[in-house]
Amino acid sequence: MIAEARKPIRGDADAESRAGGLRGLGRAVARALASSAGRACLELLLVLVLGAVFNADGAFFKEGTHRDTLRQASVYGILACGMTLVIITGGIDLSVGSVLAVSSVSFSLLTMHMDWPWWTAIVACLALGSILGSASGALVSSAKLQPFIATLAMMTFARGFAKYITGGQKISTYVTQGDKVVIKELPPIFKVIDSRILGGNLAIVSVIFIVCFILSWTFLARHKWGRELYSIGGNEEAARLSGVPVRLAKFVAYSFSGLMCAVAGICQAAQETQGDPETGAGYELTAIAMVVIGGTSLAGGRGSMGLTLLGILTIGYLQKILSINAVPEAGRLMITGIIIVLAVLTQKRRTR
Amino acid sequence: MVPLVSMRGITKLFGPVKVLDQVDFSIYPGEVHILAGENGAGKSTLMNILAGVYADYQGRILMQGREIRPASPLDANRHGIAAIHQELSLIPSMTVYDNLFLGHPMTRAGFIREKAHRRSAESALADAGVAASVGSLVEELPISVQQLIEITKAIRLNANVLIMDEPSSALNVHDVETLFAVVRKLKSENKGIVYITHRLEEIQRLADRITVLRDGRLVGSALASEMPEKRLIHLMVGREMEDHFPRHTPRISTEALRVEELTVHRANRARRPLVDKVSFSAARGEIVGLGGLQGSGASELFLGLFGAMPKRTEGRVSLAGRALRIRSPRDAIASGIALLTNDRKATGLISSMSVTANICAASMMRLAPRGWRRPREEARVASEMGRALHLRAASLEMEVGNLSGGNQQKVAIGKWLSTDPRIMLLDEPTRGIDVGAKHEIYQLMNEWTAKGICILLVTSEMPELLAMSDRIIVMHRGKITAEFPQGEATAERVLEAAMGRTNGGEDDR
Repeated sequence: MIAEARKPIRGDADAESRAGGLRGLGRAVARALASSAGRACLELLLVLVLGAVFNADGAFFKEGTHRDTLRQASVYGILACGMTLVIITGGIDLSVGSVLAVSSVSFSLLTMHMDWPWWTAIVACLALGSILGSASGALVSSAKLQPFIATLAMMTFARGFAKYITGGQKISTYVTQGDKVVIKELPPIFKVIDSRILGGNLAIVSVIFIVCFILSWTFLARHKWGRELYSIGGNEEAARLSGVPVRLAKFVAYSFSGLMCAVAGICQAAQETQGDPETGAGYELTAIAMVVIGGTSLAGGRGSMGLTLLGILTIGYLQKILSINAVPEAGRLMITGIIIVLAVLTQKRRTR
Repeated sequence: MVPLVSMRGITKLFGPVKVLDQVDFSIYPGEVHILAGENGAGKSTLMNILAGVYADYQGRILMQGREIRPASPLDANRHGIAAIHQELSLIPSMTVYDNLFLGHPMTRAGFIREKAHRRSAESALADAGVAASVGSLVEELPISVQQLIEITKAIRLNANVLIMDEPSSALNVHDVETLFAVVRKLKSENKGIVYITHRLEEIQRLADRITVLRDGRLVGSALASEMPEKRLIHLMVGREMEDHFPRHTPRISTEALRVEELTVHRANRARRPLVDKVSFSAARGEIVGLGGLQGSGASELFLGLFGAMPKRTEGRVSLAGRALRIRSPRDAIASGIALLTNDRKATGLISSMSVTANICAASMMRLAPRGWRRPREEARVASEMGRALHLRAASLEMEVGNLSGGNQQKVAIGKWLSTDPRIMLLDEPTRGIDVGAKHEIYQLMNEWTAKGICILLVTSEMPELLAMSDRIIVMHRGKITAEFPQGEATAERVLEAAMGRTNGGEDDR
């Protein structure tokens, strides 16, 4: 199959696949594998087949399972949206998990302890996330730090910042006032974000994810800025000599990633009904894995939001399948690691 | 006299292209052997074979009657052959003595004998007359000292044959003298030296023997006394003028571009500037050819004009009489300047993107004025350009990296044409493309000048320069050394100026 894929694909492959058995099938697969999108679809398909086989006594075929998959993948998915834009420039954002935590604790703090109205709290959190993202962006675009280093520093700083503003404590409805502990009412916005619509079929966090996805897709595919991100990732010097405002475009990409982290952080707070300064640790790796499994190149210049969606679903389903089969965490991590390697190896063939 | 090394019938192919064809070359003890030729004549390739960089050549290399085949630079060193490259091969962040022993350390049980290195390095530098402390980092030393260290490194390897590929290109006048002194000293020690240079002055002062290559062939080899300058230049040029250049009579009108005292500094300002106070003007509908050999500064002049190195560029530029401040490529594009760079892979195209995306890359300000792209409009522009340029692509959505060289170049041209430029800076517009595509590009240049576009053309192909230019400006080491109206320029005169001879016969330093 792998050898087949590299042969030139003939126009009559379709006809043959109808007519002739395994050979035809091989050709059809080869044709599908000729594009990143085809390979990403194949990966998702294989994971779904895995789910159908290890269906945990039919649990995999229940509607609720798929609904939950989407809901549980949503926070990661929001992070992966910003991550895609950054990775397309040839960069990386390691700070997303920590910035998510900053947003999550700030949102909890503002709404639960300081009684801000929900919308001002949301605006403040989005602004804070964008500022942290912009700081990474400035380090990368103006100070010319390597994205890995700049966002590694931001990852550490933001985690510290989250602990600083909370005093290292989880922010919940249990509020200490003087000597007494008062239990406040959970602000309604938490319930709204954690609720479902369409007869319980669609979680609000999933709606938020879909909105973020469409927003990212629109910018990447339809705005001048998206084109600039691709050209920077493809050949930064050629882009500069074509009049692309390289610094600005990169800066905004990291700011946008910060904004996505803030959105994800608010969703995270609502789902956990608290602001945990430790939350989101390791999420950056899941988000990166989702983007890369989709086929967006870590070298930059190639990829799309559509591929990222396939990556989000692949990892989302994988985690769901492992969890409904009650695979213990140790096994879950090892299997996820192996699947990531296999998936990236499939994507790698094109660039050989 | 018995040669130290003789190369016999050396042939080298790069893919299907024959870059060296049956070349003989010998190096004698106590001689400076100048290897001359235009850009792309095969000089560096020939020396890279001797230095072990390319092991897959045809022919024989004889050393004292025995055949050797240098398989790697290290292997060449073992045979006593060392190359001092244009780009120095020292490691800037390491000390002088670490560099001297790089690859050949003195060890005891696998551990480096640091103290022995220091001592031995000190005596080596003293022998060579290099005034530098062995403990300083290479990057802290002036370029001339670095070069001397590189030479010392070669001598320390008991090299008998030293290959110097344009060693003076980055040096100022004083450092060149130091270099010459070292070369003379090596000569007196009976070493054989191959010296590649584009400067007539150096040839005159150093040469004992001269060999000229042209298009990969040996066209002449003689003692320096038997090869006067005129003959040397004739041999270097010597090719028949091809007449496939369709230059129309130009309709030159008003001034389009005026450049005054444009200077482009190197990143290290202490070193000679890349472009040194260059002034000229060009008219609408005119093609001004900029001639020069490697290191002339013509490409850098373009980058400076285009705002690509704003912090290193000084000088005044005016367009159609209006003074401009160009601080970025964006400014340049907005003022109607286009730059076709000399390396479409590295700086021209984004090969992972589609033909359409590349053609529209420099016109996004116009194509998406409010930021939102209009894919249909982009497709229209791209297909229009594709038609105008006779682009042969399976689809305008295919990745540019999968096109042939000629078609890639057309995409790069299309990118600039769609910005509707008034000034086109063309740097090697026909490099690496086939004859048919070249011809098409010449015809396009005629169409553009007919529309009143002003073209500045940098090319290393002499026939192209002579035939396509209405006027030729020749540069040498960052300065203009000559200017010829069409008809007065001959290959010999251009080459003479490109090698540093100014019109008055005085050598330019």
